[in-house]
Amino acid sequence: MSESINVALIGNPNTGKSSIFNQLTGLNQKVGNYPGITVEKKEGYCKLPGGKRAKLLDLPGIYSLSTTSMDERLVTELLLDKKNKNHPDLAVVITEVENLKRNLYLFTQIKDLGIPTILLINMADRMSRKGISLDIGALEKKLGTKIVLASSRKGQGLERLKELMAEGTAHCAAPFLDIHRISPDYFGALKKEFPGEDPYRLWLAASQDATFQGVDYQKLEALESRFIKSGEELKKLQHRETVLRYQGINDTLKGTYSIDLEKAHGARASIDKILTHKVFGYLIFFAILLLIFQAIFEWSSYPMDFIDGQFAQASAWIKDNFPAGVFTDLLAEGIVAGIGGIVIFIPQIAFLFLFISLLEESGYMSRVVFLMDRLMRPFGLSGKSVVPLISGNACAIPAIMATRTIENWKERLITILVTPFTTCSARLPVYLILIALVIPEEGSILGFSYQALTLLGLYLLGTGAALISAKILDKLLKLKGRTVFMLEMPAYRMPLLKNVGYTVWDKTKSFVLGAGKIILAISIVLWFLGSHGSSDDFDRAEEIVTQRIGEQGFGANSKILMEQRLEALKEDAQTQGLSQGQIMDSLPHWNAALTDNAMAQEIAGHKLEYSYIGQAGRAIEPLVRPLGYDWKIGIALITSFAAREVFVGTLATIYSVGSEDEEPIKQRMANDRNQAGEPLFTLATGVSLMLFYAFAMQCMSTLAIVQRETNSWKWPLLQFVFMTILAYIAAFAAYQILS
Amino acid sequence: MATVLDLVQGQKGTIREFSQHVLPIKLLELGCLPGNILELVQIAPLKDPIYINLNGNHIAIRRSLACLIELDIAVETQAP
Repeated sequence: MSESINVALIGNPNTGKSSIFNQLTGLNQKVGNYPGITVEKKEGYCKLPGGKRAKLLDLPGIYSLSTTSMDERLVTELLLDKKNKNHPDLAVVITEVENLKRNLYLFTQIKDLGIPTILLINMADRMSRKGISLDIGALEKKLGTKIVLASSRKGQGLERLKELMAEGTAHCAAPFLDIHRISPDYFGALKKEFPGEDPYRLWLAASQDATFQGVDYQKLEALESRFIKSGEELKKLQHRETVLRYQGINDTLKGTYSIDLEKAHGARASIDKILTHKVFGYLIFFAILLLIFQAIFEWSSYPMDFIDGQFAQASAWIKDNFPAGVFTDLLAEGIVAGIGGIVIFIPQIAFLFLFISLLEESGYMSRVVFLMDRLMRPFGLSGKSVVPLISGNACAIPAIMATRTIENWKERLITILVTPFTTCSARLPVYLILIALVIPEEGSILGFSYQALTLLGLYLLGTGAALISAKILDKLLKLKGRTVFMLEMPAYRMPLLKNVGYTVWDKTKSFVLGAGKIILAISIVLWFLGSHGSSDDFDRAEEIVTQRIGEQGFGANSKILMEQRLEALKEDAQTQGLSQGQIMDSLPHWNAALTDNAMAQEIAGHKLEYSYIGQAGRAIEPLVRPLGYDWKIGIALITSFAAREVFVGTLATIYSVGSEDEEPIKQRMANDRNQAGEPLFTLATGVSLMLFYAFAMQCMSTLAIVQRETNSWKWPLLQFVFMTILAYIAAFAAYQILS
Repeated sequence: MATVLDLVQGQKGTIREFSQHVLPIKLLELGCLPGNILELVQIAPLKDPIYINLNGNHIAIRRSLACLIELDIAVETQAP
């Protein structure tokens, strides 16, 4: 085991910190321009010269150690807690050459904590373009720290950083500011009462709203009350600290750093004029949203059709070539069908995250916040909630995690609670299949098809439900919260394709491996429950159905199916150039095959109805019948509570159990009939189902993340109950009105 | 007393000495200190928030906060 040291990467948002982390560790990670995109604690290892090893911790981007946001609290608490196993032995403060002055503010705070520190100045490749000059040698002396000039885009300076990291704790840990200058009396007393303690650490513990481990609070508070009489006085001291720090930084930069303000201005202002324009700004934003929907709905249909066909073929091939039996059935109907149900959604997820990460990488996302803030405020939210809500359109889980950048707890809680209303990618498969079934393919308005418009409508509905619920929660929740809205407008940057690629890959992978695991497992369980039963009706299915057909003939469902198939066979024959006589000769043969097939399907249907799963589905049927659903949809609703997309996998399994050909699932649903012989998936049922899926909280993973982010079961449970009731009412109303 | 709200787009002002403790500490840390230059870059289409260049930091703040920042507005910045 080689020697390993804890190294923390600390820096302001938008300094390229995550890029550097990626390059040092080789671990994939999302990099964005939106402040605080590095929400999670990221760890990785990096080999250093001399056989040493660094355990790197990529801390969330923060502006200072004042704990107004959760990210800042997290970082500050870690830096103060020397007993924490992640407490850094060495800090690498990452700054950016254009905003060096502000970035150094955080650096001086870290330095004052007595942590050995290296300063990294990133984006050095922009220096000449921005007219910046730096005297590294002089700056190193003045700051008492080693400096690395780097460019994470070009991969420059990282070898030097590794060399310096290998020196470990030998780096200078002397403070930057003489902390006693803030208030000689108070700090003098602190030193006397807490000998051997770091005074800056005590000052942070006394002045910040956070719990710091290992500090004698009683003693500290008693001392504080002697010197600092009011909150106003405390603020005056903080103000003084800020002024002193900036004085120190200005003195340091004098003669070592200069920036040509004319050149530095750059393109940001002129691009902002257009992108935040009162007309063009919103038009561009809306156009981008439309483009995203068109991509998800239209462009991704080509790879999806291909995947659909391939899996149907694979399933058929297995049944033809493997010995008949339970194992072959499991493989063809449980496993292959289940995997197909996961893979098919990769194109849509990839497209969505491609767009989202481009918006974040370029810096445009902040402009969206700027444009939308005023619009969000009536709902008790700020522009900062826009990014989580928009990300919720991909997946509620990262979106809820992204709410950590919202400083105000009430706003944050509301955003967490309403985000699951937005149309996450798991709803897409359900929507897409229902839209394809009940919304006509032909017809369009302004070039957008009815189907695309329905999807857009569902997205707007999800957003509307989120906003209205936010408004209600804003009125109901009795939480105090002072909002200080401050948003960085970062310089525009050409997105790094590598970073975008990582994001798309990561998101797709996490869907396939995360949600996919649940989907596959449930597909297999369903296949088992659907093909096994314990009742007499199940065991003697063949006998019972044969007898029934002998007495009453085929059911309406089968009759329609047989007619449709016969027509299809005739058409095929005609296009192949067969004569009318030849077709007439083939008819008895075709009829016999179709009768056999229909018989097998009726038996399979009967079996399913009396299987374990059929029993469960029928048990809840009375509850869902007023919504227009039958027991099969009932089963799919039950399984969907694990994850929404399971709906499609469930139906795929239900419809393919015991059947002999591998028709695509859409056609199966279209051919399904209720007991009266009418199509099951009418407009009323379809719309009712879409509304149910729009509003219901059917995602265990989201509930789990809400539990984690709110640190209580109260909120996820309230969320679950509220959303389910709303979904039931909406679906009920829609079905009753439309049918 | 002039505040950020009295600036027109592209105009600059110098932050005055005033009771800075009414401002959130975050804003001070971003350089909202007496003597520093503040430029109004853009006002959002719905009049709020306001996009400023504060001592080289490009940030957006709300009107309610912007009206607390007192400035000396330099007249000559309006000249062509």
